[in-house]
Amino acid sequence: MISYFQDYVTIAAVLGFGLFLVVLLLGVASVLRPNKPYAEKLQTYECGVDPVGSGWSQTYVRYYIFGLLFVIFDVEAVFIFPWAINLEKLGYFGLIEMFVFIFILLIGLIYAIRKDVLKWE
Amino acid sequence: MTDVLVKVGFLALAALNGAIIFTIMDVKGASWMQRRPGPLHVGLRGFIFPLAEILKFVQKEDIIPTEVDRPVFKWAPAYVMVSCVALFAVVPMSPTLVVADLELGVFFALAISSLGTIGVLTAGWSSANKYSLMGGLRAAGQLIAYELPLILAVVGVVIQAETMSLVGIVEKQIEWGVPFVVGGQIVGFLIFMVAATAEMMRVPFDMPIGESELTMGFMTEYSGIRFLIFYISEYMNMFILCAIASTLFLGGYHVPLLPTEWVNFYGPVVLLTKTAILGFILVAVRWSQPRFREDQLQNLAWKILIPASLINILVTAVMKVGF
Repeated sequence: MISYFQDYVTIAAVLGFGLFLVVLLLGVASVLRPNKPYAEKLQTYECGVDPVGSGWSQTYVRYYIFGLLFVIFDVEAVFIFPWAINLEKLGYFGLIEMFVFIFILLIGLIYAIRKDVLKWE
Repeated sequence: MTDVLVKVGFLALAALNGAIIFTIMDVKGASWMQRRPGPLHVGLRGFIFPLAEILKFVQKEDIIPTEVDRPVFKWAPAYVMVSCVALFAVVPMSPTLVVADLELGVFFALAISSLGTIGVLTAGWSSANKYSLMGGLRAAGQLIAYELPLILAVVGVVIQAETMSLVGIVEKQIEWGVPFVVGGQIVGFLIFMVAATAEMMRVPFDMPIGESELTMGFMTEYSGIRFLIFYISEYMNMFILCAIASTLFLGGYHVPLLPTEWVNFYGPVVLLTKTAILGFILVAVRWSQPRFREDQLQNLAWKILIPASLINILVTAVMKVGF
């Protein structure tokens, strides 16, 4: 149990190190870099030409159905991993169970493809 | 405490050197594969140019446009960097040379790697720039689409190894005598590599950046040090995903026929060699393939890779239970 928590302390330290690296780079740069802002420089760059209209406009988020499908399959993956580890013990029962599970999901995916919701245009 | 510090120090070494070596490989690879000179002047025929690059970026002005959402814009690179660095924690260089041998190793790696998506999406969205927004949305759509084949391809390996710890997976391959790529996971390996290339947003999957259509995609408004952070993270990500692929599929720190008692000595060399070979393949693909179109990319993920990886799981399971 102790070593279990020890591992996650290490992970927390690693995440801390990642953040430290970012702060270090930003800190070093803030000492060394020049800073001479003026209005034209601070304009949105876009493609080099002066931007037309504002960047804050309404946009059609195309992949929102993809997002829903992603959640379904991601949760499925969470279910599959424990099954995958214990497959030897579960034997044929587990195998048939997972066949049914994946088959239902595949039908869902085929339905989505047939309904053309996966078109990106 | 010192224990943890030593581990983090080792990780810092691996992460930064990995990123620098892969940068050199990519740029030098470009000059060998195409007719361009590449870096020639800094150091040994240009081989230490990434150091000069870092010095250059550190001295550049960090322009933050007035339109942007400042706090979000400023911290977006941190998400990407932290998620890349955290990936290094679970990859074993030898049975003992590993920062944290988690029991949920593979699961942790897949979970933490998807944290980077937030950084990319917020970077695109907070820039107040139409091209960046488009790049960010493309990136989010692409990263979630290719996350799934990546996860599902790994399930095949987990079924064969019966463990999610990366050290456990390598030990299982040593026990088998052959790496999993030979022992039935060849389809899984191919799916994993394609999906990993898309996760790195490298050519032919670089629509989020697509410099000929979107200037620089979600990174357009970034300059100076924050651009450098994105840049380093990209190569760190490339290095570590290649290392994970070689651990899961190619036998990690061991090659068949070498004595296992000496694994602590040759382990790191073997793993780095495998990583470099995979990296070289990615470089070769980058400098010889054209870019996909956005809808082709989505079709490849949803209509080919995901069904293929589900079938791969079923076939692996049948082989496991039946034989």
